[in-house]
Amino acid sequence: MEKITTAIQLIPLQHYIVLSITLFAIGALGVLLRRNTIIILMCIELMLNSVNLLLTAFSAYHSDPAGQVFVFFIMVVAAAEVAVGLSLIVMMKRNVDSLDINLLSRLKW
Amino acid sequence: MIFLFYLLSAVAIFSALMVVFSRSPINSVIFLIVCFLSLAGHYILLNAQFLAIVHIIVYTGAIMVLFLFVIMLLNLNTSVVPRKSSLTRIAAVISGGLLFLVMLAAFKDAALVKPANTFNPSIGLVRQAGMVLYKDFLLPFEITALLFISAMVGAVLLGRKDRNQN
Repeated sequence: MEKITTAIQLIPLQHYIVLSITLFAIGALGVLLRRNTIIILMCIELMLNSVNLLLTAFSAYHSDPAGQVFVFFIMVVAAAEVAVGLSLIVMMKRNVDSLDINLLSRLKW
Repeated sequence: MIFLFYLLSAVAIFSALMVVFSRSPINSVIFLIVCFLSLAGHYILLNAQFLAIVHIIVYTGAIMVLFLFVIMLLNLNTSVVPRKSSLTRIAAVISGGLLFLVMLAAFKDAALVKPANTFNPSIGLVRQAGMVLYKDFLLPFEITALLFISAMVGAVLLGRKDRNQN
């Protein structure tokens, strides 16, 4: 407990910012790069989690508990989003028998 | 402690890259679980114990099991999705790297505000988080229940087989 609270003051906040930016960029790269719908959904989860980490870091450094409550609500919304997204994927597999996102390109227009 | 931070960050970034670049969806899910566990380690390092436990329960316990369940149920592991053309892939890597560089450059010299509150190490504990959640955020907390019900109804409606179709 003592060690952990000193750890917060040892690590600069910039390191958390760089880590979150890296994770967010990797998630965005995955969304752009892959064609498998389920992996695109996973990369969106990755981006959500990088933002969560940054919110928690700022909340811990500024000693404001509201930030951590926001992270809790984001987790709730992410859980609901995954449930709906996965059922959409099941529908897609049932209707077009593939997970290729390009088959749904007519949704763009 | 700083060593622990760098170790967890390296694990998180490596497994995030493996999520994007591994061929089969099962491997992606496994690496995503590793990534989320290392993020839970980061939460513990930040002394946000409530969030660390909730993160493990919700993400690795519920969401990732849901992903694995769908992949195995639909037998997606064998179905190979064709890769994008090399031009599109190069464009994707370039634009992802540009996003990374721009955000890094924007935040590199960001002036950080001095904390308004005095340093309090106990804000992430369950007791403190519960006080804030049930006092200041009671109404949003109840509304999330409505959100969950609508998400559940939507998921059941979408996932149901349509009887009139055939």
